[in-house]
Amino acid sequence: MYSDDFYYTKNHEWIQEKSGKATVGITDFAQKQLGDVVYVELPKVGKKLEFHQSMGVIESVKAVSDVYSPVSGEVMEVNKGLDDSPELVNQDPHGKGWFIRLKIKDETELEKLMTASEYEEFIEGIEE
Amino acid sequence: MTLKKTRLNSSHKKLGAKMIEFSGWEMPVEYSGVIDEHLAVRKKAGLFDVSHMGEIVISGRQALDFVQYLTPNDAACLTPEKAQYSCLTTPQGTFVDDLLVYCLDQEKYLLCVNCSNSDKDYEWILSHKEGFDVEVENKSDDYTQIALQGPRALEILKPLIDVNIEEMNLFGSSWGEIEGEEVLVSRTGYTGEDGFEVYTLSSRPEKIWDVILERGKNFGVNPIGLGARDTLRLESRLMLYGNDIDETTTVLEAGLGWLVKYKKGEFLGRDALLKQKEEGIKRRLVGFEVIERGIARPHYPVFIEGDKVSEVNSGTFSPYLKKSIGLTYFPVEYKEIGTEFEIGIRDRKVKARVVPTPFYKRGEKN
Repeated sequence: MYSDDFYYTKNHEWIQEKSGKATVGITDFAQKQLGDVVYVELPKVGKKLEFHQSMGVIESVKAVSDVYSPVSGEVMEVNKGLDDSPELVNQDPHGKGWFIRLKIKDETELEKLMTASEYEEFIEGIEE
Repeated sequence: MTLKKTRLNSSHKKLGAKMIEFSGWEMPVEYSGVIDEHLAVRKKAGLFDVSHMGEIVISGRQALDFVQYLTPNDAACLTPEKAQYSCLTTPQGTFVDDLLVYCLDQEKYLLCVNCSNSDKDYEWILSHKEGFDVEVENKSDDYTQIALQGPRALEILKPLIDVNIEEMNLFGSSWGEIEGEEVLVSRTGYTGEDGFEVYTLSSRPEKIWDVILERGKNFGVNPIGLGARDTLRLESRLMLYGNDIDETTTVLEAGLGWLVKYKKGEFLGRDALLKQKEEGIKRRLVGFEVIERGIARPHYPVFIEGDKVSEVNSGTFSPYLKKSIGLTYFPVEYKEIGTEFEIGIRDRKVKARVVPTPFYKRGEKN
């Protein structure tokens, strides 16, 4: 479920980095907690995000929550598919339900995040 | 504090429900997902465990007189075959609670009240009982209550119960048996669909739950959690105590004037409601839809021409209409259908407009 080449945050975002560029989304655990996602508000392309800055909002039937940028960087692309199909976040949170692509400013920030096994342990603690 | 569990708790867990704390109870909030469950009830059928609801029984020689005094609707027209929607009113004409009244026999009435209010209601009723020859019992923990709702509800339940439910009118009620267990059944619900609510004191209510689920399989029945229960009731403009009505809102402001029967005689709140009726209400609960993107939720500020006039009461995403809908108390001069106004959704002001309610009406295809 939680891929080894992703990093994870305590706020349940994931980030997958490939040569300075990264894709960001929310985790399967997060989408299950939220329930049916009906609306996702994403930042504009070009926006510069700070480490752990709010980058968007996710609305499910039940609740609204902020989404935070796992690292600092510039928004290169946003997932326009979520405008018409927000349910992709529930159906494929680690794939088609991605939120933004980011040009990472400082790769050492990734080291502050959790690995897959650390994240799995973290959510087990929450579920109990 | 340990959470109270309904007698169907393990059934929910077996079905994979996500459980939450609700007003001191551990209750299923969703099984397959709110939207999926919501649409199942609109199109087929859904089964709800609503055993968290409270039941208060008033009995004795003056039971009817006492119910008449506590509630604005006319309980004199009730029989064991006919229930009604009503409320407990304060002397100011506001809501202690909203409820269903069942006449079990001439000297025994059952009030089905909100879970979060059952203790408060019980105390309220006791505090007004002086001078009435009645007994009041809080039976909230004794009853299991199951609701079967949706266009296929009748077909599913009909062969399982020894009552001719097909002939039952809306708000009709009857004693009967399901799986050998005694039940009180009524053609009532909280979804805007046809359907039934079943009350039982059985120690094995899972027999009833299971047989309905089993037979309902071929009709597409789904177990439904509190999440969809809320979106279903809001689309149908059914009140949620604490959101839409409370001790600060009057029955007339809520748009429930139809249940106040001034001619039946004295009751709590009668003078205040009559006065307000004559003078005219200053605000009224109206339905709205959000025109721009965003979902209005409880307590978000409501602006007319730039001024904050109220807050959102109920507000959610409507799974059937696929838009954000809600209710708010609006100054009456602005309550006309089509009036545009704004709702503060986080740091933005988003356009909304007043629309007719209920948002969803059974039989109307959108």
